[in-house]
Amino acid sequence: MAFLFYGESHQGKNMVIHISHELQREIAEQLEATYPNEGGGFLLGQGAADQMQIVDIVQVDNVFAEAEQHHRYAMRPQDWMRLEDLADERGLSLVGYYHSHPDSSAVPSEYDREHALPNFVYIITAVMMARANDMRAWQLRADRSAFAELALENHLQPQRRGADSAQDA
Amino acid sequence: MAKIRIPTPLRAFTDGEASIEVAGGTVGEALSNLVEQHPDLRAHLFNDSELRSFVNIFLDDEDIRFMQGLDTEIADDDNLRIIPSIAGGNPPRSPQSMGGKPLISEEA
Repeated sequence: MAFLFYGESHQGKNMVIHISHELQREIAEQLEATYPNEGGGFLLGQGAADQMQIVDIVQVDNVFAEAEQHHRYAMRPQDWMRLEDLADERGLSLVGYYHSHPDSSAVPSEYDREHALPNFVYIITAVMMARANDMRAWQLRADRSAFAELALENHLQPQRRGADSAQDA
Repeated sequence: MAKIRIPTPLRAFTDGEASIEVAGGTVGEALSNLVEQHPDLRAHLFNDSELRSFVNIFLDDEDIRFMQGLDTEIADDDNLRIIPSIAGGNPPRSPQSMGGKPLISEEA
């Protein structure tokens, strides 16, 4: 069973994120393994304004201070350079990144918003008690005011409640 | 002129161009010229007149923060690169969030 939720992209159209069950499972297993700390990585893909296909994921180490990793995630700028070059070599694009929210919701935080870029897909996975149970996709509005939720076929959780543009404090 | 490589998500503000030629003798002047050419970039690179904390500028393989920052001098054949620092974070934990039940924002 799958549920689709729609948000408004920066172009004002509904963007749909396509990501296979296998890649979602791979993300979930990685983020369950890093629990209770946050984990993450890059999304490589192809797409247009209203459709995005995630082709591959690349795990990247969390380099935030270890004592803060339960609620913070950061990558080295060099990881971005390396992955952007890799994507170019493979004829793909660096289209987004994913990370976990341990024991919290798959909704962007204010910290996420402050550090986000538009035109980039942010997949957030809620990991509750070491089990990934929700995965949602977001995109920063062009005016940086908030995230809009994107349509994502969520294979992790059969039931969840409503969705739209939102962010936690 | 020096060139600045634009990260993928910001190419929507440079008409899809990955590399932009810029005028200027320092990194700061080059960035000013870049946002003059493509004004929609400004909000994502700068907070007022300061570079946003997650925006890194590399001259070749070196972060300009470890050089002379925006005052770092550049030559016509230099290659600059804008590299975002990806970061994210969990909202503050509440007692409810530790209960093991799925927590979906009610305000969503």
